Amino acid sequence: MTTPLPKPKRKDPVKRTRKPTMPPGNRSREAQGLASMAARGRFALQTCADCGAVQYPPRQICRECLSGDLHWKDVDNGGTLLAETTLQHSNDLFFRDRLPWRLGVVRSDLDLSMVVHLAEDCVPGERVRLSIGLDRAGNAVMAARPEKPSSGEEDDLQLREMTFDPKNRRALIVDGKTELGLGFAKALLKRDARAIFVGVAQPWKASPYLDEIRKLEKVTIYDLDVTDTDSVEELAATIGDKVEIMINNSYHLRPGGLMDRFDINVAHDEMEIHYHGLMRLAGLFGPVMRSRGADGQHGAVAWLNVLSAYAMVNNPELGTYSASQAAALSLSQCLRAEMTHGGVRVVNAFLGPIEDEWHQLALPPKLDPIVTADRIIKGLERGQEDIPIGAVAEEIIERLSENPKEIERAIRL
Amino acid sequence: MSKRRSNGLLNSLLGAITGGGVRVVDLTMTLDQKVPTIVLPPELGQSWPFRLEEISRYDHRGPNTYWNNMSCGEHTGTHFDAPIHWISGKDLPDNATDTIPPEMFLAHACVVDCTLEAEKDPDYLLTIQKVEEWEEENGKIPPRSWLVMRTDWSMKFDPVEYLNLDDTGAHTPGPHMDLVPWLIEERDVVGFGCEAVGTDAGQAQHFNIPFPCHHLMHGHGRFGLPALTNLDKLPPQGSLFITPPLKIRQGSGSPVRVLALVEE
Repeated sequence: MTTPLPKPKRKDPVKRTRKPTMPPGNRSREAQGLASMAARGRFALQTCADCGAVQYPPRQICRECLSGDLHWKDVDNGGTLLAETTLQHSNDLFFRDRLPWRLGVVRSDLDLSMVVHLAEDCVPGERVRLSIGLDRAGNAVMAARPEKPSSGEEDDLQLREMTFDPKNRRALIVDGKTELGLGFAKALLKRDARAIFVGVAQPWKASPYLDEIRKLEKVTIYDLDVTDTDSVEELAATIGDKVEIMINNSYHLRPGGLMDRFDINVAHDEMEIHYHGLMRLAGLFGPVMRSRGADGQHGAVAWLNVLSAYAMVNNPELGTYSASQAAALSLSQCLRAEMTHGGVRVVNAFLGPIEDEWHQLALPPKLDPIVTADRIIKGLERGQEDIPIGAVAEEIIERLSENPKEIERAIRL
Repeated sequence: MSKRRSNGLLNSLLGAITGGGVRVVDLTMTLDQKVPTIVLPPELGQSWPFRLEEISRYDHRGPNTYWNNMSCGEHTGTHFDAPIHWISGKDLPDNATDTIPPEMFLAHACVVDCTLEAEKDPDYLLTIQKVEEWEEENGKIPPRSWLVMRTDWSMKFDPVEYLNLDDTGAHTPGPHMDLVPWLIEERDVVGFGCEAVGTDAGQAQHFNIPFPCHHLMHGHGRFGLPALTNLDKLPPQGSLFITPPLKIRQGSGSPVRVLALVEE
């Protein structure tokens, strides 16, 4: 059994907040392929198209037949722990802050040897489950857990560095008036989040979902309008140093294309909320979160943007909406680069059409908002960087990698 | 222009403003991000709320300057409604903020106190009978006056209370449908002023003539002056309103700093 996570004590205001440090960076281009798999929670390794040999670590040519024809494929993640060791000393600043640190050598079922970060319950000679995680610097690393999930394994302090388990953490949900907002609050509560802050704009407009959120425990409601710089600044000044997980759930969908619904005002509102909204949140909450990346039990860990899958390819029936989502996606990459120095990871969820008023005319399949929120938080819990939700989002990613021009021409609601 | 000595009229006015005798009352809400704008069905076009973005504040963006960019709809905060705002006034001459003759921006005001009625009933409608009762006490409304409905609604500082929405729409006081044509035809008013977010009552879309204060007033070249405040500082009649909107080409209205001159 994993040692249960200690309940965070209130922060000692006299103690200095440690500066964030980064695990060793610099990976080859090939090794970044591993990050790409980890980002989506896949266990995939390079596989040789000529001889079938699976490769680890990533490389340019096959270790068996020297072929350059290597492709990323999902592979079996079983293995046996051969040896383990516990680091008591490190010259690396990141690990010095976190000693002792357990490492192991695993012989995978694919006949590959791997140095891995080791969960507390792994015992040499026993079977393990491998996964590719992303460390605080966003680089891919191998981790091993016991083959059968042990109780409370998410409490493992060492592997918690690579995931964003909401347990004992405080999260801010931006735009809590939607059903998705309610879903996030419920999903965080289920996973034992320490506190849930909910931002709400235009309080004069009633929302049944907000009424339900109000009834939940650990919830505090705040005024927050992402189109208003002062409002974002005010809330950042109030709770910015307490937010450990930011959930940017801003949402403003008005169906329509470019010429088919030429309306600068609507497009302006979409950009204000999705693009400038993210910018205001990032500019005003980001610096304090970044400075708190190593704040012990109170460290900021993740920034989640809830985006549409149409951020990746424009759906002409939601033309300007898709464009504003693409702008937000691009900005999130900038945010990711800037947040890296603080060890706060930026995560994007990509949603297909959800079951709500604004998707009335979209054909099924449509995502249930409550289930969707739960699945997004699950992805967060696993440390994913990209969280596609639903068949539409999955298909967009797949078809974009196969033939971007094909999907660009075919996509409709 | 030929040089001409003052005939003393304006001098005595200025003297009264600075030296006593004439009080200046500011009837304007402060424009900030929290000023509520009218709430419309979400599928319709929406008015931008008031927003401010700092250009510089004596910093690297402008070492010796503080200034802001601002944005908002024409009908934000205390504002002026021009006849072109409504379809009924679209073809009238001089119907926009840039073409309305400037002397129209100075007019006498009659203030009808409906505070008690509005407190009891947020959907209260000002009737001809109530205005006639007011006239019995204060004299007939002179032509080219504003008819201003005081409700103390502007003292509701919480936007939730101010807009007062439920699932049947907004519940805010305004003029009765019958009062509006009477004010135009029988009293020749320059327009209608009030404290709520719009000159029509919250439920006015359900009247036989929907939004009569917009449809009929603007259809007859009259104006609107919603979201006023400080009406409690005005006498029932005798004050002079100064209401020039921004000179926006074909503007349908604009935020306006409404001042009232009141004789003491």
